[in-house]
Amino acid sequence: MTSVRELFGTAPRRVLVQGITGGEGSYWTEQMLAYGSQVVAGCTPGKAGQVVAGTPVYDTVSHAVADHDIDVSVVFVPARFAKGAAIEAIEAGVPNVIVLAEFVPVHDTMQIIAAARACGTRVIGPNCPGVVFPGRDFVGIMPGWSERLFSPGRIGVVSRSGSLGALINLHLVQAGFGQSAFLGLGGDPIVGTTFRDALEMFEADPTTDAVVLLGEVGGPMEEQAASYLESMHKPVVSFIAGKNAPEGKKMGHAGALVSGGKGTAASKMQALSAAGALVADVPTEIVSLLQGLDL
Amino acid sequence: MFVEEADAKRLLAAGGIHTPVGTVAETVAEAVLASGGPVMVKAQVPAGKRGKAGGIVAADSAEEVEAAARRLLGSELGDHMVDRVLVEPRVEIAHELYVAVVVDATSAGPLLMVSAHGGVDIEDVHESSPESVAKMPIDISIGLTPSDAEGAVAILGNLLDGEQKRALVDVLLRLYERFRFLDAQLVEINPLAVTTDGSLVALDAKLIVDDNALLRQLDLPAQRAVGTALELEAAEQGFLFVELDGDVGVLANGAGLTMATMDAVTAHGGAPANFLEVGGMAYKRATPALALVLKNPKVKSLLVNLCGAYARTDVIAEGLIEGWKTLAPDLEVSFCIHGTGEERAQELVRTELGREPHESMDDAIREAIANAAKRVEATS
Repeated sequence: MTSVRELFGTAPRRVLVQGITGGEGSYWTEQMLAYGSQVVAGCTPGKAGQVVAGTPVYDTVSHAVADHDIDVSVVFVPARFAKGAAIEAIEAGVPNVIVLAEFVPVHDTMQIIAAARACGTRVIGPNCPGVVFPGRDFVGIMPGWSERLFSPGRIGVVSRSGSLGALINLHLVQAGFGQSAFLGLGGDPIVGTTFRDALEMFEADPTTDAVVLLGEVGGPMEEQAASYLESMHKPVVSFIAGKNAPEGKKMGHAGALVSGGKGTAASKMQALSAAGALVADVPTEIVSLLQGLDL
Repeated sequence: MFVEEADAKRLLAAGGIHTPVGTVAETVAEAVLASGGPVMVKAQVPAGKRGKAGGIVAADSAEEVEAAARRLLGSELGDHMVDRVLVEPRVEIAHELYVAVVVDATSAGPLLMVSAHGGVDIEDVHESSPESVAKMPIDISIGLTPSDAEGAVAILGNLLDGEQKRALVDVLLRLYERFRFLDAQLVEINPLAVTTDGSLVALDAKLIVDDNALLRQLDLPAQRAVGTALELEAAEQGFLFVELDGDVGVLANGAGLTMATMDAVTAHGGAPANFLEVGGMAYKRATPALALVLKNPKVKSLLVNLCGAYARTDVIAEGLIEGWKTLAPDLEVSFCIHGTGEERAQELVRTELGREPHESMDDAIREAIANAAKRVEATS
């Protein structure tokens, strides 16, 4: 497994923005560029020849990759076009694809992941906020530039949710910690990169001393991570959101659903704790658990 | 979306899967008209385990059908009112099988399941004899192949003869086609009956369609409204809202932060009144979101916990202030605001509402819980 610092290749990582001419795509392209991310090309069908924030726009991903080396594509297109856009990038040979859209049909996600497996592509998302490498670059819709939320440091943070990730990052920075990387995996029941993948990348990363894992109810991702955690050397501190989630009700995220008694916060906390993770009862406890570690 | 049995069967039949020819009745008279010979009278509600709850009745005469329909129609089954029953001819069963295709999070793809133990709760079979359930991950880019389906059928050993095995392979291929065509999260036939004359009939059908695909699934029945009056109103406005039993109204941005805020309220000895998130695209709609939270009469104090990333807290604060001024609720409100737009958001709350936002989320939560307790004390 590659180290998280080499996710998307060794710096400088060149970014393609799919949907760059849209309101969100152009706004976040400007923010990424201002922070230092190397956005080298954009893509919107029918808009070839335009320039957004100094970035050339292409009709198709294959046209963009003919002119530029691309390490990662970030897909800003709406849910109903996300599958087509993501698979276009995968088939054009882009090695990493981040899908931001919420409400992507799960059959589309399964097809995206199948195409990625066939081509050896890493997919992050859908329904995710992207990734931040404090002090270096970010890709997605987390405000990487915010010094309240992000500071270069040695804690790896991985979260299904962007908002809970923001809260914990705020607490970390307030307490004097910084992050080696923040990975937002997404709130859908099926996502391309899992907690287990993230833990493996942080374990392999020499700039990460400890990992904060922010899970939530629904799905088997936290339990899968627990089975890997037993063989990890780095400490993991965790919080699982949704102890109050009633059975059968979606808690905002399509994946946050307790069903048939499965996927409860209690079962996830128990699995992580049994595997050696420190599990916080309330989000604010994350910091004190980290402070108790001999880092 | 949970598709009720009668509609699920119609959609399976459209894919060439054999189902009993039944009649949907909304009145006792319609049910009696559909009687004739041995039948099953089955309450139609969007939930499983109807048999255990007494929602499935065998009837051998028009009188028995009438009695069953009279008892079921208008009754409550689980959380749902029974407004129609399915009257179906009974078939002579030799074996009951279980077949399903499900979206499997572990393999991140479709999973085909086949078991000889049909007609019972499949979860119990997974517990007692997991080896008796064939579970076959399917590569969605290839689809279910006949040889895969034959492989899954092998779990049944010699239960079926060669002809029946071929028929079952055909059912599995059709079931997978329905799974893909309908954007299903789950399509399950339990039981799939092997009748005494050797044919395969879907006696029950459970279909759950991915909510994210409803815009392109145009052949589905109208969705039954499920939830409290306030939850339905919220859904109509496009909010994700879950009503709970507590007295602290909660407004936060993002699903993860909202859940975590509710957890923290509970951990500090309080009880949240709702789940409602104003994150994602909803962050510009804080005014109607506030109105929904305040409509819940159980709310005795309000907690606003924001940590903006994508969502701008100053935009949320503007919306809340507008709503607060319009509704002028007689309620205490506690704020904690951080992240994108926090300086302006905090300033707006100070100047427009005269409230000092807490630096710590735990302090805001403790205050909101104390305010709710004070209010309860004052009114009792």
